[in-house]
Amino acid sequence: MNETNAPLIEVVGLEAFYGRRRILHGVDFSVNRGEIRVIMGGSGSGKSTLLRHIIGLQRPVSGTVRILGVDVGRAGAQELLAVRRKLGVSFQGGALITSMSVGDNVALPLREHTQLDETTIRIMSRLKLEFVNLGGFHDLMPSQLSGGMIKRAALARAIVMDPELLFFDEPSAGLDPVVSAELDELILRLRDALRMTIVVVTHELESAFRIADRITVLDQGDILTTGTVAEVRASENERIQDLLHRRPRSVEVDVDDYLRRLTEEDA
Amino acid sequence: MTDKGSELRRDGDWAVLRIWGEVDLSWSQDVRRQVLEAYAKAKALAVQLDGVSYIDSSGIAALVEGFQHARSKGGRFALLAPSEAVRAVLELARLDRVFPIYDDLGAARSG
Repeated sequence: MNETNAPLIEVVGLEAFYGRRRILHGVDFSVNRGEIRVIMGGSGSGKSTLLRHIIGLQRPVSGTVRILGVDVGRAGAQELLAVRRKLGVSFQGGALITSMSVGDNVALPLREHTQLDETTIRIMSRLKLEFVNLGGFHDLMPSQLSGGMIKRAALARAIVMDPELLFFDEPSAGLDPVVSAELDELILRLRDALRMTIVVVTHELESAFRIADRITVLDQGDILTTGTVAEVRASENERIQDLLHRRPRSVEVDVDDYLRRLTEEDA
Repeated sequence: MTDKGSELRRDGDWAVLRIWGEVDLSWSQDVRRQVLEAYAKAKALAVQLDGVSYIDSSGIAALVEGFQHARSKGGRFALLAPSEAVRAVLELARLDRVFPIYDDLGAARSG
C-alpha cells in the first residue's frame, strides 16, 4: 500500500456551473489518508456537485481535482479507470441494478475489475453483506428490499473491492435511528480495520458529529469552514449556526441575476 | 526477511502456514492456493498471523475457504495469534466467533 502524506483528495479553485448559475465558487478542499470527512450543507449548497467532481463524474470547467495523485481533469481514460477501481461510491438512492440479485449486485465490481476465482468473489461479496448486516440476503432481488436494506446493499457493493477511498452520499437519510447508528459505527470500523479514507455527504447532524474527524460546511457554493466537530460547533458564523440549529435561511436576491435567469434565452 | 510473504512448515500432524506483511489483492490468491495445497499434505492446518500488518477481504476469503475445506473434509483448521490488524477485520464480519482462534499450535492441538 502506498503510504504517503500527500492528501488523497486535493481540490483547488473548483468552479462549477449549471447554465449560468454558479454552483461552486472557487472551492478548495483536501482530505488526508485515513480521515473521515463529512461534507455538510443544506439542499442547493453544492455538496452533491462537489462530490460528482471528486468521483470524476464531472470534469472541472475551472480549477483542479486530484484524486490519489491523479489530476482527473487531465487524466486519460486508462488512468481514470485505474483511479476509479480504488474508489467506492454508495449513492443516495442505492443505484442497484434491479434485474440482478443483491449478491450479484455486490459481486459486480469484482467480476468486472478483477481476475479472482469465483469462490473468492462469492466469499468476498457475502462478507460485505455480513458487514452491513444483510448476511443471507444475497438471493433477494432489489425490489424485495426495504429502503434501508437497499442503502446497506449499496454500501456493501461500494466496499466490495476494499477501496482506498469511500464516498457515501446521505447514509442516514430515511433510515431508522438504530440502523443509522449501526451504519455510523460501520463507517468508523471500515476506516480502522480496512484503512479506508471516507467522505460522507450528509445533513444529519447527529451522524456527522459521531463519525467526522473534520467537517466541511458548504453553503451556496462556498466553503464556510472546515474544522473538527468542536470547532464547527463553536463557530460564530451565522450560516453555520443556522444549519446547526435548523433555522430557515434568508436567501439574498440579486434582482438583475434573478431577472436574467427568468427571462434570457440562454441563461 | 521480505516485507511480505508466507512459509509452510510441518509440525507433527499439522501444517503451519505463516503469513506476514500486508495481505491484499496483489497476492491473496497465492495465499489461497497455499492454504488449499496444504491440505493435500496434512489433515490439519494452522495459519499463523502474528506478523500480518494488514489484511483485506480477499485475504480473509482465503482463510474462510480453508476453514470450509477442512469442515467438509473432516480436517482441522486454526488461526494462530492473529495480530490486532487481522482481528479488527475478523470482527467486522463477526468471523472472530466463527474461526477457531488460538494463541499457539500447542493450544490448537489440545483445542
